[in-house]
Amino acid sequence: MLSVNRYKCCYCGACVSVCPTCSLELVETWIEVSQGCKECGICTKICPVGALEVKA
Amino acid sequence: MKYDVLVVGAGPAGSMAAKTLAEAGLSVVMLEKRQEIGDPVRCAEAVSKRGLKDLVEVDPRWIAADLKGSRVFSPDGASIVLSEEQSGGKTGYVLERKIFDRTLAMEAACAGAEVMVKTRAQGLLKRDGKICGVSAIRSGDTFQIEAPLVIGADGIESKVGRWAGIDTTLKPKDISTCAQFLVKDESIDSNYCEFYFGNKIAPGAYAWIFPKGEKVANVGLGVLGSRSSGIGEPLRLLQEFMKSHLPKGKVVEMDVGGVPVAPQLEAMTTDGVMLVGDAAHQSDPLTGGGIITGMTAGVIAGEVAADAISRGDVKRASLRDYEDRWKEPNGNKLQRHYDLKEFFIGLTDEDLNNLLHSLTNEDTVKMDLRDMLKSLLKLNPKLLWGLRHVIF
Ligand SMILES: Cc1cc2nc3c(=O)[nH]c(=O)nc-3n(C[C@H](O)[C@H](O)[C@H](O)COP(=O)(O)OP(=O)(O)OC[C@H]3O[C@@H](n4cnc5c(N)ncnc54)[C@H](O)[C@@H]3O)c2cc1C
Ligand code: SF4
Ligand code: SF4
Repeated sequence: MLSVNRYKCCYCGACVSVCPTCSLELVETWIEVSQGCKECGICTKICPVGALEVKA
Repeated sequence: MKYDVLVVGAGPAGSMAAKTLAEAGLSVVMLEKRQEIGDPVRCAEAVSKRGLKDLVEVDPRWIAADLKGSRVFSPDGASIVLSEEQSGGKTGYVLERKIFDRTLAMEAACAGAEVMVKTRAQGLLKRDGKICGVSAIRSGDTFQIEAPLVIGADGIESKVGRWAGIDTTLKPKDISTCAQFLVKDESIDSNYCEFYFGNKIAPGAYAWIFPKGEKVANVGLGVLGSRSSGIGEPLRLLQEFMKSHLPKGKVVEMDVGGVPVAPQLEAMTTDGVMLVGDAAHQSDPLTGGGIITGMTAGVIAGEVAADAISRGDVKRASLRDYEDRWKEPNGNKLQRHYDLKEFFIGLTDEDLNNLLHSLTNEDTVKMDLRDMLKSLLKLNPKLLWGLRHVIF
């Protein structure tokens, strides 16, 4: 599962731009993950602050 | 609610498009999901003076620093000085974007555009297969806004293109992921922008110190997405850069974000939709600068959209003029810069050191980016052989 650390996230939207399944949305000041997430991990390497992680 | 044109996103690109449309007498609405335009900042705020002066009247309220030039550092710490306006148009002014972005939005509003903040577009509306507006949400309430033409100026996270069938998803190798601190430190030179290159400092990109007044600067760095090896790499590397370059620096703000360093999109329009700014990957792949390019595209898109609406035809063929006018000179130049970026990211630290050292006896102060690349090519024909077609 993709986990979003809300305490780390700076709501910059960089992760949204790289998701190949368009599963992320920056809403106000938080990131929402939709059902389409394939847990590919691309967004986790793009997040500048390490707020995203794919967890087993 | 019904308008001629709806703009999604109130960054520099969206505001310029909205202003241009309103000045042409069209009814236009601009949606911005943030509650405060321009905040939080996702930018190092440097622009070329000439580029800016061509687009807006310069206002001291949003100029944080007026620069003399820039200094470029190789991985081993050697440096050269380039004069103002001459490092890829990247130096000139450092802006205060919180004020700048808001001022541009206000100018659009004064020209007659309606601005809606804290309002997020969440999908395109279609009637008989044609785009006819967006569905939006404000403070939890969903509503529809009608317009035959939608301009996606929704920045790096753009959805408008993807909703309309233009794939704007960035590949990791085409995004620079960045972290930045606003730093107070006695060692900051208020007159020069500084660029630091090195595969350990900022893999596939560079670190910067852009002054914002007396002893204050944006200090940040980018990492090319495909070179980011771990979780939170940009922030970790920035903390290291601070330790080595500004150990006593006081951090008073933190900004993060991504910038497209991508090839030109094949399509920036489709029936009833135009994309501008970061949403259309119009930032410079070599420097990461996207303020001026986005504003330029906003103006062109606004002009073409106004014509299209007056003709009553918003099909792609009618909007193509925007893409053509963008391509020459802007798009073609940025595509060359993409090729340059692709080449430079393959260089080792030793290559970068050699390149910079080769320039130390040259009169770099009088050079612009193109002159500098030309001399580099002349002085390092073997190393830069792959670039001979790109530069000339
Ligand atoms: C760390 C960093 C440093 C940079 N440094 C520089 C620099 O020194 N010089 C330079 O020229 N450029 C720089 N850039 C690039 C520059 O910031 C961007 O290119 C520029 O902001 C693009 O402008 P824009 O109007 O296209 O998008 P943005 O300024 O990103 O504006 C897009 C707006 O759309 C809004 N939005 C998004 N989705 C929706 C929606 N669904 N509904 C409503 N609103 C929406 C967003 O909230 C945002 O306000 C930097 C970028 C980063 C990340
Ligand atoms: S893990 Fe992959 S699919 Fe899931 S949100 Fe991140 S980029 Fe998208
Ligand atoms: S990239 Fe990271 S900091 Fe930026 S919005 Fe996504 S999770 Fe938050």
